Parts: sequence; C-alpha cells; structure tokens
Amino acid sequence: MSEILALQQVTFAYPSDETEVRNAVDNVSFSITEGEWIAIVGHNGSGKSTIAKLMNGLLYPNEGNVRFMNQLLNDDNLWDIRSQMGMVFQNPDNQFVGATVQDDVAFALENNGVLHDDMVKRVQQALAQVKMQDFLDHEPHHLSGGQKQRVAIAGALALYPKLLILDEATSMLDPQGRNEVLQTIQQLREETGLTVISITHDLEEAILADRLLFMNNGQKFAEGTPDEIFALGDTLLDLGLDLPFAMKLSRLLQEKGVPLIGLNMTEEELVNDLWISNFNK
Amino acid sequence: MDKIIFGRFMPGDTYVHKMDPRAKLIFTFLFIFIVFLANNWLTYSILIGLTLFVMLLSRIKPIYLINGLKPVIFLLIFTFFLHLFFTKEGDLLFEWGILQIYEGGLRQGIYISIRFAVLVIMTSFLTLTTSPIAITDGIEILLNPLKKIKVPVHELALMMSISLRFIPTLMDETDKIMKAQMARGSDLTTGPIKERIKAVVPLLVPLFVSAFKRAEDLATAMEVRGYRGGEGRTRYRQLAWRTRDTMAILFLLLVAGVLVYYRGM
Amino acid sequence: MDIKLQQVGFSYAAGTPFEKRALYEVDFKIPTGTYQAIIGHTGSGKSTVLQHFNALLKPTVGEVAIGEFNIKASEKKPKNIKEMRQHVGIVFQFPEHQLFEETVLKDIMFGPINFGVGEDEAKRRAEQLIEQVGLPTSILNKSPFDLSGGQMRRVAIAGVLAMKPDVIVLDEPTAGLDPKGQKEMMDMFYRLHKEEGLTTILVTHSMEDAARYADDIIIMHDGTNVLQGEPRQIFADHLALKKYRLEPPRIVRFQEKVEQLLGKALPKVCLTEEELAQTIADVLKERAGIDG
Repeated sequence: MSEILALQQVTFAYPSDETEVRNAVDNVSFSITEGEWIAIVGHNGSGKSTIAKLMNGLLYPNEGNVRFMNQLLNDDNLWDIRSQMGMVFQNPDNQFVGATVQDDVAFALENNGVLHDDMVKRVQQALAQVKMQDFLDHEPHHLSGGQKQRVAIAGALALYPKLLILDEATSMLDPQGRNEVLQTIQQLREETGLTVISITHDLEEAILADRLLFMNNGQKFAEGTPDEIFALGDTLLDLGLDLPFAMKLSRLLQEKGVPLIGLNMTEEELVNDLWISNFNK
Repeated sequence: MDKIIFGRFMPGDTYVHKMDPRAKLIFTFLFIFIVFLANNWLTYSILIGLTLFVMLLSRIKPIYLINGLKPVIFLLIFTFFLHLFFTKEGDLLFEWGILQIYEGGLRQGIYISIRFAVLVIMTSFLTLTTSPIAITDGIEILLNPLKKIKVPVHELALMMSISLRFIPTLMDETDKIMKAQMARGSDLTTGPIKERIKAVVPLLVPLFVSAFKRAEDLATAMEVRGYRGGEGRTRYRQLAWRTRDTMAILFLLLVAGVLVYYRGM
Repeated sequence: MDIKLQQVGFSYAAGTPFEKRALYEVDFKIPTGTYQAIIGHTGSGKSTVLQHFNALLKPTVGEVAIGEFNIKASEKKPKNIKEMRQHVGIVFQFPEHQLFEETVLKDIMFGPINFGVGEDEAKRRAEQLIEQVGLPTSILNKSPFDLSGGQMRRVAIAGVLAMKPDVIVLDEPTAGLDPKGQKEMMDMFYRLHKEEGLTTILVTHSMEDAARYADDIIIMHDGTNVLQGEPRQIFADHLALKKYRLEPPRIVRFQEKVEQLLGKALPKVCLTEEELAQTIADVLKERAGIDG
C-alpha cells in the first residue's frame, strides 16, 4: 500500500503578542497509507485541529514538511493537492456555501472547472453515496445537522478525493446525526476503500479507526491501534479523554472482584469475557 | 420575521414559474417604463387587466398580493389624498370650507394609486415566482457584459447568493441571542427610547462576533474546496431561454404598442 | 417554585399562512427541588417547551404557572414577566454566544443589575460565582473574548447564576465539550443543584446524563409530553422508548445483554456504570455461594 499523506517533524506556532510562544504543534511526524482510517484524538486545545489545517495548506509549518502523494506541499501544487483532499468541518452551518443541496455539492466542482454534464452526473452520484439524493432542492435551514454534514461529505466526494478529512465533523450533532455521519463513513469505506482521517474527541468514533494518534499539548503522545491506545487507561483520563464504555465497565468489575481476562473494548468482548471467566468453568 | 410575507418565494409549476429568470427580470424592468404610458381610463384598465392576467397565469393567491401592498398602503393613501386635494382641474365636485375637490384631482388620485399598486404587484410577482438564487443567476448573466469595464460581476453575484443563504441562519441567531439576553433581564420591547437603544448593545455585539466567526469559517471552507475567484470556474446552474420567454417579452411589447395607440384618446 | 404546565399549546407564526404547530396539550408538573430531565429527539418540541419556563414564548392555548406567577394564553399582556424571569435562569445551548461586555466581571453583573441588584452586591456575586464555576478570580478583569471556549461557557453560566434563580434550565449544556469537560460541567451543575437547593431542568438528548443525574424524566414526542417517571421506570420500558425514537442509555442496553447471559433479570435497572458493576458482582458472588 502506498503512502498518501505524511507529516515530517512538523512544528507550528500561531503568531502571538506574548513573549512566551507555545507551539500549537510540536515536532509531530506520522504517515497514513492508502485505505487506512486514522483518528487523531486529544482534548480541546491539544493541537489536533491545527494539524488539520497544516495538512491542506491552510497553514504552513514553521519547521518540517507535509507530503501528499509523494509531493511536498508548496504554493505551486497547493490547489492541485486540495482538489484531491476533501474536508468536512465542525459547524454544519458555516461550511454550506450553496443555496440548495445540489448547489452546495457542485461548489467544489465549479471551482475546479468541471464541465456541466459531468458535474450533473457527479452531483447525483455523490448525493446517492450519502443517501441525500431526495433532497436536491432543499435549502440548508430546512435540514438537520446530520443531513448538512452528509451534504458536506457529498461535496467532498464529488471531486473523487484520495483522502477525506473530518475535522470534529460530529461534535456539534445530536446522537442521531452523529450516527448518520458515522454510518455514512463506514459504508463509504466498505464500498470504496476511501482513506479517512478523523479528528475527534468522541471515543466511539475513534474506536472505529484502524489507528489512533493521541495528541497532547501539541505533541504526539502516543500512536497505535485502538487496543494499544486504550490500554493506557488512567493516562487517557488525566489527559482529558475518556475510556470506551465497555472498558470502563471492565475496570469497575475487576475492582469489585469480578474475575475477567482482559480489558474489553467492545460490549461483545466484555460479554464473552464475563461468560468465559465466570460461567464456562 | 415570519410575518414578512411580501415577496417570499412561493414554489409552483406555472407558466410564470417556469420562465427564465432573465426573461422575468427584463419583463419587470420594461413594465416599469410601460406603466407610465397609461394616461386615461382605457389604458389604466389595460394595465389592471395585464396584472390580473399575470396573477391568473402564476396562480398566486390574491391574499399574498394584498399582503404585499400592506407595507406601502400608507404611501398609497397619502399620494391619493395629495392629488385629491391639490390638483385643481376640471369641475368642482365638492366644497367644504377651504377643502375643494375637483374632478381632475379625483381622477389623478385614482390614476396614481393604480400606477403605484400595479408596479408593486408586478415586482412582487418576480420575487414570488422566482427563487432568490435564480434571480441572482439571472442578474449575474444579464450583467456579464459589464465585466469588460472591470465590474466584478461574479463576485457581486456570489456575495448576494451567500447573503441570501445566510439570512435565515442569522435570523435564528438573532432570535436566540435576543432570548438569552431577555432571560438575563434585558428588555428590548418596553421602556423609554434611550433605554431601548442601550439594550441593543448586548444583542449587536454577540451578533457581530458570531457573524465574523461564520465569515471566517466560511472563507476557510471555500478555500479548502478550491475557490479562488471567478476565473476558470464553470457553472452548475444553466439558464435556458425558451420560446415561452420570447413570447412573454413580445406580448409585453404588444401591450406597450396598444397603450401608445390608445393613450391619446 | 413549582412549575406547572396546563394544556399548553403553541404555534409559531400564529394567524399567518405560515403557522406552524409546535406544541399541543402539554401537561406536566415539576415540584420544587427536583432534578428534572426533559428528553426527546430533535424536533420533539423540547426547545419550545423550554422557552415557556421563562415567558420567552407565550402559550397560544393553556396556562403556565411558575410558582405564584401565571402566564395564560387568554391574557394579552401578562404582568410581572420581568419579576418572574428573575426566578428562572436559562443556560441556552452554546451560552458563550451571549457574552458581550468588555470584561468578564461586567458580563456576569449584567443580569443582576438588570433586575435591580446594587452594583456592590452584583460584584460580590460575580467574585463568588467565578470560583463556583471553577475559574480563577484573576479572570474577572479579562475580556471574555480572550478566553478559551470552555472558559467562556463557564463565564456565561456564572452570568446566569448571578441572578440567583430558584430554577435553572439547562439546554444541552455540554454540547461541543470534550469528555472531561462534559463530565466536569455536569458534575458542577449537580453540585450546585444540591448546594443551592435549585430546581434543575435539564433539556437533553443524552440518555446517559438523564439516567445519571435526574430524579424524574419527561419524554417529549411530536410536540407533547408522552411519558413521565423515575429513570429506572422509564428506562425499563423499552417498547415505549422505541416508539418515541429514543434509545435506552448504553448502560441499560448492556444490562440486558448481561441478563441474557445470566438467564435472569438483575434485581434493578442500573443507571450508572458503578451501580451495574456492583450489582453484577453481587449476583455473581451470590451464585458462587450457592454453587460452592
């Protein structure tokens, strides 16, 4: 599998009047290969959103560099790279440019000079992928948060991107909206093998990823599979995150003297563990 | 805000709804001049007839048109009385003290009121049967020649369409912040004027802060989606000028001809 | 202050062609001192109900009673609205959007001064509250717009509490916060509820928060209240919840799986992880005792 995106020793600080400048991102390196789903987690203010802005040239690193499809990101290839990278932001209202659903999906296509007939086809196709094809002429204020985010995803998909970045795309949604968006992403992954980076503090979202990148104070604190990261236990709690539900319960059960084999990430694992450790003797 | 019905787009599937927005814009623009051709009972009747004809064709309920007139009703009545009292032509119809009403004044008052009413109603047909975004598209394309003299037509049209898109969002936001401040004891609806003006500050500051935040987010989102000005951009919305549009304009010109013919009589 | 809604109905844009019915026949009572959760999916009418607790909306039918204050649909201009508002504080969703003053101190003082509290007293309250919401006093002289999102929210909450309300209404108070921030926020409200003897109304779609904190739950669906009861009772009724397009809290769903495994029901519906862990441990111990 080939590399899609890599950050190499990237450091970035926002310009500030104060004498002591804190790096928002401090010497961070990672790479993501085609077809992967990687989640960047961390508490609010840990630098995870700054990383998102560095990935597509909204910000340039002070030190280090960003590589996309084996090209270093620079002013010359910026627009070309952006057209291959879809991005969905936190606030569903503030990224809806078009007056209706179809206009919004077409926006990026218009910007990239896609011809009209092709555009119509792609808009239909992208909206079908997020199951919003029946809402072509709906105006944004008549849509739910989850629907707006799905339209935003369709807007990104219409460009046939290599990579989809979700920058806290579910954090302002109600549980229903959150499920809609996550189901859409999972289904897209199954159907097209799209590479996804999700920046989030929602653990149930993070657990779906293949790999987690755990940020703290602008630094990469840990990197690994969800199993490896959640094994950090209390450290996660100290750094502003929570444990997945099944894991929290496993720990509590063990504290109360219930024998269990391990820390379980999903409910199924925990039920199995309870069975094996307590009944199947 | 829900009370503002005037000019709100009412979706439909009639001859008028289906017309190209450019045709409707040209039609409305021409109509503004044609109105001034009328100068006697017959020609004014033709104008009213044309208005009723468009109303039937667009299946817009008269109630919306009457609602559309409400905001200008005071102006309408005022001009009517102005002419009624101060035009001293023709036979004296009525006299009471210094108040004198002449036949000419009554006629002028009625004419001006009709002129005013058909103008308002015709322009409201434009906004009632055309979505704001279609109007924007129409304006953009009609003004395209101005690009040659460096008028930023595309940018203006984009600004207009984004403003339209954000009006409901900002309305909701205003309502929300107003209620939050009212819950904190701020009173925007009663009390002396000076107090009320002071009470606007807690509403305006958060609104500005939020509008700037939105603008910033939106700019970022647009940039990420590859927006870099009008150059090299294609259009998703295509307008199609059909026979029905040519027909409508020709019909209006015919009416204009008829008006010119009968205006002297 | 008891809160009582009697046959309340409400329509937006009433009397125009765009009239939209949002509430009908809403009828419930919230006794003083209760931690009341109101849950329902988006569009169920819970945010419209919320605005009736403070006369921000006036019912189109029926009557709202907040303590001795009454808002009747039949009255054109209800009296004493301002006085009533002083007793009910509302923390709206994303309350940080309501900040506007030059300093945190002035913003917190805004509410009390509007209600006629003297400057010194308002200042004293601000100084006391800033600590209660978990922020240092040094922040009082800063501009609210220089703070982080989480800090801004706490300042806004202090601004509502500064009116010394008897009832506090919370609309999705943890939206957008990270997990740690969410827990701290909810714990803070619970502490205030206990310490200040407040009547707390939590409007939310988080079943987890309703299960953990509320004494009583009202479920809203399609513009009316459809179910009311203690959390254990509400969450035991899966069929009803499903009908109202709600999912029981995760903890309750998991308990079911455990019950299937055990082949029998646990002695009670558990509402927190701690409680469930303890109950499972007890049942297993008992079982081991019988087996051994």
